[in-house]
Amino acid sequence: MPIRKVMKANEAAAWAAKLAKPKVVAAFPITPSTLVPEKISEFVADGELDAEFVKVESEHSAISACVGASAAGVRTFTATASQGLALMHEVLFIAAGMRLPIVIAVGNRSLSAPINIWNDWQDSISERDTGWLQFYAENNQEALDLILMAFKVAEDERVLLPAMVGFDAFILTHTVEPVEIPDQEVVDEFLGEYEPKHAYLDPARPITQGTLAFPAHYMEARYTVWQANENAKKVIDEVFAEFEKRFGRKYQKVEEYRTDDADIIFVTMGSLAGTVKEYVDHLREKGVKVGAAKVTVYRPFPTEEVKELAKKAKVLALLEKNVTFSVGGALFQDFSRALINESEKPKIVDFILGLGGRDVTFKDLDEALAIAQKALAGEEFEEVNWIGLRKEIL
Amino acid sequence: MAVRKPPITTREYWAPGHAACAGCGCAAALKLATKAFSEAMEEKYGDPNAFAIAQATGCMEVVSAVFPYTAWKAPWVHVAFENAAAAASGVEAAWKKLGRKGKILAIGGDGGTADIGMQALSGMLERRHNVVYLMYDNEAYMNTGIQRSSSTPYGAWTTTSPPGKYSIGEDKPKKWVALIAAAHQVPYVATASIGNPFDFVRKMKKAAKVDGPAFVQVHCTCPTGWKSPLEKGVEIARLAIETGVWPLFEIENGDFHNIKIQPPGGGAKVTREGGRIVAIEFKKPIEEYLKPQGRFKHLFKKPEAIDELREQIKAMWKVLGVDVTLPKPEE
Repeated sequence: MPIRKVMKANEAAAWAAKLAKPKVVAAFPITPSTLVPEKISEFVADGELDAEFVKVESEHSAISACVGASAAGVRTFTATASQGLALMHEVLFIAAGMRLPIVIAVGNRSLSAPINIWNDWQDSISERDTGWLQFYAENNQEALDLILMAFKVAEDERVLLPAMVGFDAFILTHTVEPVEIPDQEVVDEFLGEYEPKHAYLDPARPITQGTLAFPAHYMEARYTVWQANENAKKVIDEVFAEFEKRFGRKYQKVEEYRTDDADIIFVTMGSLAGTVKEYVDHLREKGVKVGAAKVTVYRPFPTEEVKELAKKAKVLALLEKNVTFSVGGALFQDFSRALINESEKPKIVDFILGLGGRDVTFKDLDEALAIAQKALAGEEFEEVNWIGLRKEIL
Repeated sequence: MAVRKPPITTREYWAPGHAACAGCGCAAALKLATKAFSEAMEEKYGDPNAFAIAQATGCMEVVSAVFPYTAWKAPWVHVAFENAAAAASGVEAAWKKLGRKGKILAIGGDGGTADIGMQALSGMLERRHNVVYLMYDNEAYMNTGIQRSSSTPYGAWTTTSPPGKYSIGEDKPKKWVALIAAAHQVPYVATASIGNPFDFVRKMKKAAKVDGPAFVQVHCTCPTGWKSPLEKGVEIARLAIETGVWPLFEIENGDFHNIKIQPPGGGAKVTREGGRIVAIEFKKPIEEYLKPQGRFKHLFKKPEAIDELREQIKAMWKVLGVDVTLPKPEE
């Protein structure tokens, strides 16, 4: 029987790793993710997880050791955030290019400067072009579940890409919630052994990995990463369905909430989705026709699901904890691109908010709603809006 | 008829057809290193193939693994420039969990080791991974077109240490990574040279056989970067040993009080105390080593710079606990 425990998302991530039984974990401490390797090192110390825990001297070496281990053919896991993920940047491309299904738990945190340890999504969003799959958890249960599913999708032969699972710094990493820990036997059946046909370092059958490719071959190598991302869309649906069957929890790439007959749909990711759903309930009580949608799978980008979502609203209000300077948030670019050639499409209004751990309150959402309502009324509106700024100190 | 046994295994792991420059000393070093490794694995585990290689970006990486070809007959992985030691750590961890016997060979050039890979190397040594790190030292960033590294010797021309009105070429003493590696108190650290292949093979075998990490820094001629004659690679490397420019030593478990020095040959007079070499009187002046290399050509117009190099070499030997006399060329 699955057991329920009260735990932080970091612990849920460590539990997910324990259940997935990676053979190698290489990690380096960084706030807010440190508890993940701490907990894993306890599991290893107590003999509850039979893994090599490589206590590396940097995140760059953490991911490099993961690449080495994964190239040697074993399931591999690490956890990081913020500057740590940024330090891994170079090797993230390599892991994807070498088609190594490493999984990283990311405690989504802002990037310096100014140095700030609190939540936004700039760290993993900035890695969106690396080829990695990206999942975002709304709560601690989702953090555990999505890590298990990330392994399954990443290791699928149609995919073979690394994956990161993001969950918000402190809001989730350090907040306790009840989490259901699935049975080991069921997880074993769900995940199976990882026995790669493409990545191993076996003297009995020597292969060369990580070669140089001239212009005659480089582009095709990149294209296979594109194809793998495309393939992942179907595989994710299959894995979500199988997960629901085995564990009873339903996941969707884009999850909708009270979107029927909505004029305005708020779209967001991560823990903010919880706040937004409550805000939608609050507005619905007052008769305001709004809904919410949560992007759980950000890479591969769920273009088809976004197109379907767009049919349900007159305005999409994107609530984003990240920024691409002079452009807006990453979701704004991705949603715009998904809808650009649709004959009928809603207006899209982008909101940058909650950066560096700034709380997002109903008052902030009221501010966003007012702008979205201008768009709904056909009035002029700003496309990109920074919400909750302290204008008195600017 | 008696058939003489070859001095080293005829098994090849670094196959012909790679794209290294003619006369490349590093290619020769890798060929010997993998053969030595194979012999060591055969002797230790009964399996000559019980090793895998993790290699840093650099000359020997780009010339050996150009898709869809490979020069490697051993399991081999390349990740990036600065992380061969970290990648090797991961491979070793995986092998441990797979219950696989053998040893991991990490390979990097001087740039990938002494500079950008220094941190990963230190981590790997400190964590006591069962890895031999082989630093092939051709004393500059040759893959990018001959830029100075911290392993470039004093006075050498490179494209980023050009001699000029206000420059004598590289103006810093060479950094000796082997000494830094030894400070980690790992089981085995050695310097070697393609100028003495037998010594190099012996050391590689020893490194491969110890339990835990080992580090070998091998001096390799680069005719392209050193502007030296293609056919004189081994000869020039040997002159580095015989003139005192390149010391051959071994340090076990970080015991700096008992550094094993190999006699340099070339007529040098060696003084021992209690079996340990404490002084060497070299007979060949360093000019004999510098002369055949275009990278030092400009120094011959500035003899005081060569004297400065001599002083730096003496200071380096002093760290090894050896008083050396370096002759000047006869007038």
